[in-house]
Amino acid sequence: MGWIGETVDSIKSIQIRQLLSQAITLGIIVTSALIIWKALLCFTGSESPVVVVLSGSMEPGFQRGDILFLHMSKDPIRAGEIVVFNVDGRPIPIVHRVIKVHERRDTGEVDVLTKGDNNPEHDRMLYARGQQWLNRHHIMGRAVGFLPYVGWVTIIMTEKPIIKYILIGALGLLIITSKD
Amino acid sequence: MHSFGTRLNTVLTLAALILALLCTLTSLSDNFNNNNKPSSVKAHVEVLKVNRFRKQLSGNDEVSLTLNISVDLRSAFTWNTKQVFVFVAAEYETAKNSLNQISLWDHIIQDKDHAKFQTQITTKYLLIDQGSNLRGKNIKLVLHWYIMPKTGRTIENKMVMSDFRLPEAYT
Repeated sequence: MGWIGETVDSIKSIQIRQLLSQAITLGIIVTSALIIWKALLCFTGSESPVVVVLSGSMEPGFQRGDILFLHMSKDPIRAGEIVVFNVDGRPIPIVHRVIKVHERRDTGEVDVLTKGDNNPEHDRMLYARGQQWLNRHHIMGRAVGFLPYVGWVTIIMTEKPIIKYILIGALGLLIITSKD
Repeated sequence: MHSFGTRLNTVLTLAALILALLCTLTSLSDNFNNNNKPSSVKAHVEVLKVNRFRKQLSGNDEVSLTLNISVDLRSAFTWNTKQVFVFVAAEYETAKNSLNQISLWDHIIQDKDHAKFQTQITTKYLLIDQGSNLRGKNIKLVLHWYIMPKTGRTIENKMVMSDFRLPEAYT
């Protein structure tokens, strides 16, 4: 296992030119991640195009740790769709299914009621005090696509921050010491 | 050159790439199936009985119905189907609302063996109007089903089942 010794040697042997090229590589990685994220924002029209499911209220459809892709289009909201919505006073958005829609004839504004597939009751208890319906501005997007398990990475990282630091540190070290 | 770190990195990158590719191919395979066509589904929904029809204290009309539901959604299942979410909605227009869509009953089907059934049930959710417009109202019963994949895009479909005229008087 000469890996550690090799690593130390390679850190020692870093030249200024090499350092610059690594800084640029790192910059490219960060900016391309940013570009992908912003492009997603643009295409989906949703302020947060990807969300991680945090609770089991939509089981067996969505489990904790699944990733959802959101899309916010001009299309009207209809019963049966799975939407992600914000409630005033709750920091974390909720992913639930629409079970009732009332669409106003004159303004086109909608009143929506949601329910988690795995919950026995509808969501009026989860809404802000006295709030009967969700409106268009509460809704961040509808779930159009789904990727299982991948969200566990973020759940673990937010619940155990130490793992996040170890991971970032290891990746940084890898980038600094890689020579190709 | 080929340290432990670089090897691990290569293996992990390749694994992630292959997984992403397989997921993409799996979701694309949905386009070649006929499960997104409503014509392959047989279903029948009708109202058997009006259990209760009254005006709530809040002023909204409230109806409880008994429905006869028979569906055959076996054709909706493919190898990429995780579950099918099926529900019956009452849909109608009022002077105030251009669309009222109220789910009366829903059910999650998790495999093909349970995708064909016939049942008589009282509505799981009450039909509650925004206001008092339901006396003598003609409502449409619409069967909706959402095919949720193991990975990829959700497919939605619907089929109009039957019309039903609510009674002119409260019970």
